[in-house]
Amino acid sequence: MTIEELELIAKNVKQENDKYDYEVNVCMDLACASQGAGALKDALVKAAETSEKKVLVRRTGCMGPCSHGPLVRLDPDETLYHHVHAESAEAIVKNLGEAPVPELQCDLNEHFDKQVRVVLENAGYIDPEKIDDYIARDGYKALLTMLVEMTPNGVVHRITESGLRGRGGGGYPTGLKWSTVAKANGDVKYVVCNGDEGDPGAFMDRSVMEGDPHRVIEGMAIAGYAVGASKGFIYVRAEYPVAVSRLTTALREARRHGLLGNNIANTPFNFDVEIRLGAGAFVCGEETALIASIEGRRGTPKPRPPYPAASGLWGKPTLINNVETFANIAPIMRNGGKWFFNMGSERSKGTKVFALTGKIANTGLVEVPMGIKLREIIEEIGGGVPGGHKFKAVQTGGPSGGCIPEEMLDVGVSYDALLKMGSIMGSGGMIVMDDTSCMVNVARYFIEFCMTESCGKCIPCRAGTAQMFTLLTRICNGTGTLDDLALLEDLCSTVKETSLCGLGQTAPNPVLSTLKYFRDEYMEHILHKRCPAGVCQMEAVNSATSIEVMA
Amino acid sequence: MSVETDVKTLVIDEQEVSARAGQTILEVARENDINIPTLCHLDGLSDVGACRLCLVEIKGNNKLLPACVTAVQEGMEISTSSERLQKHRRTILELLFAERNHVCSVCVSNGHCELQTLGQEQGLTHVRLPYRNPNLSVDASNERFTVDHNRCILCTRCVRVCAEIEGAHVWDVMGRGINSLIITDLHEKWGSSTSTCTKCGKCVQVCPTGALFDKSKMGSDHPKSPDFLPYLNLMREAQ
Amino acid sequence: MTAFTPPALPSEDKRWKIVNGTMRKNGFARRALIETLHTVQSSFGYLDDDSIRFVAMSLRVPLSQAYGVATFYHYFTMKPPGKHTVTVCAGTACYIKGADKLIAAAEKRLGIAQGQTTADGQISLMTARCVGACSRAPVALCDGEVVGEMTRDQVLEQLERWIVE
Repeated sequence: MTIEELELIAKNVKQENDKYDYEVNVCMDLACASQGAGALKDALVKAAETSEKKVLVRRTGCMGPCSHGPLVRLDPDETLYHHVHAESAEAIVKNLGEAPVPELQCDLNEHFDKQVRVVLENAGYIDPEKIDDYIARDGYKALLTMLVEMTPNGVVHRITESGLRGRGGGGYPTGLKWSTVAKANGDVKYVVCNGDEGDPGAFMDRSVMEGDPHRVIEGMAIAGYAVGASKGFIYVRAEYPVAVSRLTTALREARRHGLLGNNIANTPFNFDVEIRLGAGAFVCGEETALIASIEGRRGTPKPRPPYPAASGLWGKPTLINNVETFANIAPIMRNGGKWFFNMGSERSKGTKVFALTGKIANTGLVEVPMGIKLREIIEEIGGGVPGGHKFKAVQTGGPSGGCIPEEMLDVGVSYDALLKMGSIMGSGGMIVMDDTSCMVNVARYFIEFCMTESCGKCIPCRAGTAQMFTLLTRICNGTGTLDDLALLEDLCSTVKETSLCGLGQTAPNPVLSTLKYFRDEYMEHILHKRCPAGVCQMEAVNSATSIEVMA
Repeated sequence: MSVETDVKTLVIDEQEVSARAGQTILEVARENDINIPTLCHLDGLSDVGACRLCLVEIKGNNKLLPACVTAVQEGMEISTSSERLQKHRRTILELLFAERNHVCSVCVSNGHCELQTLGQEQGLTHVRLPYRNPNLSVDASNERFTVDHNRCILCTRCVRVCAEIEGAHVWDVMGRGINSLIITDLHEKWGSSTSTCTKCGKCVQVCPTGALFDKSKMGSDHPKSPDFLPYLNLMREAQ
Repeated sequence: MTAFTPPALPSEDKRWKIVNGTMRKNGFARRALIETLHTVQSSFGYLDDDSIRFVAMSLRVPLSQAYGVATFYHYFTMKPPGKHTVTVCAGTACYIKGADKLIAAAEKRLGIAQGQTTADGQISLMTARCVGACSRAPVALCDGEVVGEMTRDQVLEQLERWIVE
């Protein structure tokens, strides 16, 4: 496939679409599908067939505001309908070209106005199983242009210039990572896409893999060219069967079009991608554990160095980025590093996708420029806390993150700011909690998660999280003492400073951040045997701490 | 063996020392009689960096690094026993003592146990953490040896010696996290008729506690002798 | 050295051929262990000693290592699933919205703990760490189908329908 052939496909798709007067896009992502989007789409297709109007009904990936689902967007006028069910299909088709159906119309201007879509630019506009739809929206243009016009060094330079940082958690500079792998010695190198989205409460990677799979593949191929790899792996959670099937289809289509395989764009560049299934282990988000898992072993991390960039999969230099990072690559290549660099805050560039969930009106996926205030995300985009309840905290960064209180909401979102507040960016989950959530209980929930997900290799994480869970359980059920609290804080410090990998090193964060901002809730549980939020069940008797003397 | 002549000089606990490039901090420290506590490390086996007892402080680096797998660098300034390190080491040992059912007075390895010795060396006088008292089994089906999971600290020395030295890979770890357990074969009885065990006893010799022991030594002094490993490796390298 | 011959299929059951197919596709390489275990589980519903032994011998992976892998990953199950399965998501968003109460209600009604199957083999009660449908929390999968904004009553109704079958 050459760039000319690619442009021809794009032209044909546009001509084909021009035959229709109207487009009816139906969001078929998990949330909408679970509310009847499948039946809705069938009804729309039927209504379109019997109508005299020329109507194209298209299934798309996630449009964003899931709590309004099932969602339908009409083009060309961009009318958005919410809570649409199959019964409304005929009315929708009938009203095309006239005034919108009033009871379905939805005003989410405030929700969308503050968003900037880079990663999600195609979400809601393409059929994820049609490569032509992707190509029509400039898909694979970056890859083919770059292969002909740029050197691998030039590509690395552009990514470095963009200021992009890893979207999987730590925020390591992507350009630096790419240049390290590019410079590593070795004929065989690998590119790995981490799609083992493990943070509970984050689903943007699932949404991208399901809604725009080619974007991930294109990003990986560009990375392959930049670092000198001809083989890539996408490691996907087995819990995401739709993502696996969409990626499988996408890979097959890309190969069929000569966008993967040998001599891509008639250049010497070869690249292909294989899918590897995860099997339910959060720790596999850690690079060295992910590598062990792809190699078919227990997903236990190894001390670094050596870093995967020098010695990764089967000892070869390996580039590992997550789904959202790869999803940013094609737009950066198309629009230039400076374009990306000019978005965002001083040290966090571009945009970030957040999964807004919990006690908030507009749950779903949002993409915002870095540096936006948390308050804007929660109150304006998210529509605030519903049901007359009061906002208490927003949890970011999953089990490695922390809980951020009301008084910090005017801070702009960036890697550094979140770290300073005792949380992390993580993969972008944002779970809003109101006055009905107990912060001690939340801390206990996360420690239980880390205890269950600990691989068990190093002692502080294996036994430390288990002990922290015991102590937090005591505090939650009213049997905890001030000594237990002191022990808990001691353990936080040891687990954080001595654990082998990121899972253990960050496991105490939910405890530390709730202790920092909501210490009074801990004290209420310990001193007055009372849970202020009314969540925890108190036990009557206070059990003594056992102390045993070593022989 | 690769010829490595590059020499590094560094400082460990305010003592100037020299090292060959590629040596670990642990190796260099021990050459100079500087004691860094270890548990999962054993000369002759690959290192996993899991017990975290050998963590050291390096000037200019906020992170604590495991001495067993960290290579020396020119001009490093290393501290091996700061107050911060000692505190963490005691907590890690406490975590181990409270994790399973370690009762020194009735243990076959009492007096020869690396965990016990470390506890004494690090000044651990009592355990503040609640004992977990898990319900664990003892497998005495093997005709010569017994595994008592109550005393296992999951250092994986047995797994490594069996896979790397004996070449049988009978042992491995099943489950994960706090529920991890060392197993033989498909979590079968060690003495099962289909067992792949060669009964060489290396796992018993390298076990730092009384988790693996020789039945014939029960009730008597039971020191272990894992010192054959470096010799074995040396002989193999020479071939 | 003699050439390696993979062991014979454990039985006439056609599903073993599917399992063997995954291994052959990967050239019987050790790295195919997890992928092959996935095939076993999707074909048979669960893993057991016989299947792990067969896969381990075919891929020349030590038995204990194969068992270690099979038990490390929580997606793999060593117990046959019930005729119906309800999986309650225990992700953060679901937890905040009361998933623990759904689990407790189901446990009470079925008289089993999460991760178990009723004695008659009719219903399995499972939890998931996050199914990625957080915006519709709390979420449960009823025989694989996502149900959002699940209530305690809805869970119980679903269980009743399955119990009387």
